[in-house]
This record gives sequence, C-alpha cells and structure tokens, in this order.
Amino acid sequence: MKLIIKNGHVIDPANKIDEVIDILVEGEKIFKIARAIDAKAETVIEAAGKIVMPGIVDMHVHLREPGREDKETIFSGTKAAAKGGVTSVLAMPNTLPSLDSMGIIKTLKDIIKKTANVDVFICGAITVGRLGKELTNISVLKKEGIIAISDDGASVDNDELMLKALKEAKKEKLVVVCHSEDKSLSGQGVVNFGFTSTRLGLKGISKESEYKRVGRDIKLAEESGAAVHIAHVSCAESVEIIRKAKKNGIKVTAETAPHYFSLNEEDLLGYNTNMKINPPLRTKDDVLSIIEGLKDGTIDAIASDHAPHTESEKEIEFEYAEFGSIGLETELAVSITEIIGKSLLTWGGLVEKISLNPAKILGIDKGTLGSGKDADIIIVSPEKEWVVRKEYLVSKSKNSAFIGRKLRGIVEYTICKGNIVYKSN
Amino acid sequence: MTKKKTAKWVHKDLLGLEYLSKEDIELILDTAESFREILDRKIKKVPALRGKTVVNLFYEPSTRTRVSFEVAAKRLSADVINIAVESSSVKKGETLNDTGKNIEALKADIIVVRHNCSGAATMLARNVNISVINAGDGWHEHPTQALLDMFTLRGKLGKLEGLNVSIVGDIAHSRVARSNIWGLTKFGANITVCAPKILIPPGIEKMGVKITDNIDEALGNADAINVLRMQFERDDMKAFPSQLEYFKNFGITEERLKKAKKDIIIMHPGPINRGVEISSEVADGTNSVILEQVTNGIAVRMAVLFWVSQAKL
Repeated sequence: MKLIIKNGHVIDPANKIDEVIDILVEGEKIFKIARAIDAKAETVIEAAGKIVMPGIVDMHVHLREPGREDKETIFSGTKAAAKGGVTSVLAMPNTLPSLDSMGIIKTLKDIIKKTANVDVFICGAITVGRLGKELTNISVLKKEGIIAISDDGASVDNDELMLKALKEAKKEKLVVVCHSEDKSLSGQGVVNFGFTSTRLGLKGISKESEYKRVGRDIKLAEESGAAVHIAHVSCAESVEIIRKAKKNGIKVTAETAPHYFSLNEEDLLGYNTNMKINPPLRTKDDVLSIIEGLKDGTIDAIASDHAPHTESEKEIEFEYAEFGSIGLETELAVSITEIIGKSLLTWGGLVEKISLNPAKILGIDKGTLGSGKDADIIIVSPEKEWVVRKEYLVSKSKNSAFIGRKLRGIVEYTICKGNIVYKSN
Repeated sequence: MTKKKTAKWVHKDLLGLEYLSKEDIELILDTAESFREILDRKIKKVPALRGKTVVNLFYEPSTRTRVSFEVAAKRLSADVINIAVESSSVKKGETLNDTGKNIEALKADIIVVRHNCSGAATMLARNVNISVINAGDGWHEHPTQALLDMFTLRGKLGKLEGLNVSIVGDIAHSRVARSNIWGLTKFGANITVCAPKILIPPGIEKMGVKITDNIDEALGNADAINVLRMQFERDDMKAFPSQLEYFKNFGITEERLKKAKKDIIIMHPGPINRGVEISSEVADGTNSVILEQVTNGIAVRMAVLFWVSQAKL
C-alpha cells in the first residue's frame, strides 16, 4: 500500500523541515520526503493549504479501561485520539485495578491489540494499587513493555519510597511521571485558593500544594539521577522551580495541558464542573507564566490529561463532581488557537511541544517524519474555525472544559502507521 | 426617582446579589416597601401569585428562612409545597438536577432552594426552565438575607449610600457576609469585615471591603453592625479558640457599644447564640433590629417571589 500526501506545508522540526513538500508512505513507514514526488500510489491526498505534521504524542491520557469502561475504553478513547490528531497515547495507570502487575498489563496489551485505533503505550504504577505503600515490581513491568511509571492522580508521599522508585526507574531506563501534589496541603479543596475560591464560596487548593511537591520531586531527581517528568504544571512557582533545576543541569522535563494556557480560574465563576480540574485552573498571571515556560523551553511538552467522567459524576454539585476534563479532541485546536493564533510559538515550536518532545521524553521513535519512521502523520486545516459541541465529541464521556468555545484548526486526516484512522467529513 | 420607573426585572432566577444591578436591588426594596404594609393589615393577603406554586426545596435544616418564604408565598396567595431532604427521594440518591426537573414536571413555578453546596442554586437554575430562588448555597450567597438586611438599613437610616457597615464573625464561611458585601458595595456603602485572621477568606479585599481583626475598630464609626452566627460545631472550627475567648475578643456587648455611635444599628441573621457572638442585653436592647429583620424578611421575599414570577421565560 502506497500513499502520497501532495503539496502540504510539512512541519517536521526533527529534520528542520518547514516547507511545501510531498510525503510518500509505503506500508507502515515513511518512504520518502521530497519535492514533487512522482510515484504511483493507491491513495493520493491533496494537501495544498494544509499543515502536514507528525501525529501528536499525548503523554497523559486516561483511557479508564480496565475497570471504568462506562467512562471510556481503549476503543472509544483511541477513536477520540484519532479525531484529535493523536497517533500515540500514554495510558495512565489509574485504572481498576491499577496497572501494577504483570497480569493486568498482559490483559491490557491484549485489549489494545484488539481494539486500539492508534498506538497505545503503557505507564505502569509506581506503587501497588497506587497507594504509596509498596513498590510494584518495576523490572517485571518493564519486561511486559511499560515505558514509564507513575502513580498519577496521587503522589508518593513517602520520600524514601519515592527515592527507591526513582533509583529503580533509572536502572530500568524508565521515565517517572510525577503527579506533584501534597494532599496534606490541597486537602478538600476544589478550586484555586484565592479570590475566586472566596467569591465562589468553595474550598481552595493552594499553589503551594503543587510547587512544594514539584520541588521535592526535583530534589529526588537530582539525588537519584533518574529521568523525572513533572505532569500538568499549572502555576508560576512550579515553572520557576523547573526552570532553575534545568539551569542547574538536573534531568527533569515537564508538561502542561491546554487548559492551563487557555483558561483561568475566572472561567469557573458559573460553577462549570467540566472546568473542575486537578490541579485547578489558576490565575491569569499563572497562565502567562505557563506560556513563558513553553516559550523558553522550561515546559517541554503539551499533553491533554484527558480525564473522562460520566454525566452523573459531573452534572452534580460542584463539590461532589469528579476532577478532570477530556482533551484528546481539542488539544490541537486549543493549541493552534492560543499558541499559533497569538504567535507565541512557530508551527515548528508547537510540533516540538506536542509531538516530538513527548516522544523523546518517553524514549519512543515517534514525533518525526523522517524516512524510515512510522508513518504517523496528520493533515490539518489550520484556519478553519469550529465551535466545540457536546454532540461532536466521540469520546465516551463528554466532559470537555471547552464546550461552547470557538477554536481554530481542524484535523482533516489522521494517519497512524500508514493507515488512515480518521478522515473529517 | 426616574430610575425606578424605568427599572425592569429581567431575571428568571435570583441566585446572588453579585449578579444583580443596583437598579434591580432598588426595584426589590421598593416593591418590598409596598408589601411590608400588607403585613400590618387585618387581612394579610393579596392575589399577586394566585394560581402559582412555590416549592421550598431544602437540603439543609432551616426553620426561619423556610418559614419566611412560606409565609411570603402564602401572603401572595401562592400554593406552597415544602420538601425537606429527609422526607424526599434525595437521600435515595436522586440528583439535584433530577429533583429539579421533577418539580418542574409537577408544574411548579418557582423553586426556593437551600443547599449545603456552593453553586447548587446556580446549577439547578441552569437545568430547569422555571424560576430558582437561592435561599442560601454553601458559603456562596444568601441573597434574600442580604436584601432584608439592606431593606432594614434603608428603612432605619433612609439610605444606603455612604453608610459605614461592619460585618463581624466567621466571614470565611458566611454566605450572608458575601451577599451583603456584593449588595451594599453597589450602593457605595463602606464595608468593614471583622474576624480573627483565620476566618478572613483570601482576596476578600477585592470585593471592596476593609479588613480588621480589631472589634473596636470595626465598631468605631459604624452606622450599623451585622453580627454573624458563630458555628463552633463545624469540623474545621476545632482548631479555633474557645467560644469564651471569641466572646471576649469579638463578642458584641454593652460595654463595647459604649465606644460606638449611640444609635448604631445591631443586626443579626439569626439564630443568635446568646453569649457567643452577642450578649443578651445587646440582642434584646434598643439598638437591636433583629426581630424587625424577621418581619422585613417576609416583605423582601414577597418582592423577590413577585419579580421572578414576572420574568419573561
């Protein structure tokens, strides 16, 4: 099977490509990138006026299977991914049961093989049941194919245990994805601590609960030499701590999510539970710091933190509602709207954050369009506008913080390993 | 006065004073004045809401607010149904939205909701087409309480503009404080909030208030003081100094009032804790308008019920 994408504006920062050029795909791989390729192919896609880029590598996705198939499944989640231009996802381990044993990972791999629409990589749990008490058998999980470890949704509170995990991860060459939150400080909070929590009459989550734990995780990164990745950075202080650590040569990477550079706490004034997210939407100043961090390289990656929840878990009193927003279908458009639209980064810069860097952090050979690489390619209409509507969403859960928002950029084609897994109508 | 004539009510719901304009509030207070007069008649009933059904949906125990709404609705000839959390299907797990939609399907016209969660009234209002009146949601707002406080103040002092009003007590967890601040600041009143530092919520100065933890300062040139009920039974109050200590430092006593304006008005949303936030002498004294507030509450709630029922859906 051959496929040609003609006349698209190809963005591939890994190979410093930013020009109108053709791509020839053969089977699962990219065969050639060159001007005016003249070859016979079963499929020819005319991409004039479109952006052609490596598929998104979303390193923070909750697919909920096994255990909470009412929220999302591997099938539905990866269908949403394909629609959003995401060709690789890292499935987080807070499933039921947690991804903490050889057996459950074998089961998961089987489900992925049978039902996934895009590539799914697995993040194993750091501790058994993600309870922060006892380490999982990390080397066994590694042999089963996990590429990262995390207790996402929780932080390992015990410093000694976390250090042990980091040393183990280093030995196994696994990146450790840190959900940096000190629960003893965030407590029962539901929105950012400050004027907004006062105005809404809700309990606050201080920035301290995040950045203090970011500081601890970085300290342990330094001590262990392990590759530490800070998930969902939301506030100015965390950005500053990571910036300093990088300057000091500590091996740390960081991601933020689209809602942290496009929304702020004031968007919560109508008690929209889809915007109840952990860490919470912060202040306008924090948004500026997140953007600054993206621009200067402190924040390496953009990931959705796709967190599906059913209507009965979301359409209830704010305090009782679950934390999280889905994001696979909107992350690219939000990024185009906020980052390209406001000239904060170039297209090459955005592709680095959303495709190339996450692949590098995870150590997977993705995020580029070089010949011989997996043909994970998306074709995007960069100017087309659309309004996010519940009924457009293909994710099993509809809890998007962006419902009702006008966004720029539509994915026209998603090609995963040479197969067209999504085509817009 | 020209403003009054052009004022028009456009709100389906009353969710909080943050969301009302000064003109909206004036309209309610003026309307409440005409309704207040009805309460002194021999036959205390007008047909303004005849044929309408008001449902009091209370997720938190409340006697005074519930009864006040009930009396207000009945004075307007509405039919009133009371649903308390214990006697309804709420405990069996029906969601607030489902309960609201069922009440709507029963062809009720107005839901008066009291809920322990901030934002509950807002969410309910978004999910039903009938009117929702917030009778207190969590720590967020208690708009009718603030309206009756403002009505009482205006009645006593003739105006709200430029008044010095101090609110004393647990500001952090008080919906009454928040609604009073939103409402009174719209009229250019000067608000001081007074509490121990841990009961001052973050950023409250952005609502345009002064903050102090010195009760004498709060009383200093106050025209009126709103004394909040201290809820020592709350879980997160366990770390707090004793009731006795609170009374010593913040309690409103005759001794303290000697340093205040002679005709200072003492308000309290009730129920009062005698000897905790206010002494019996002050609560029952000549400066106290606590019982007038209760009567005024009916008039204000009549006005609110009337106007939301007039809103075009």
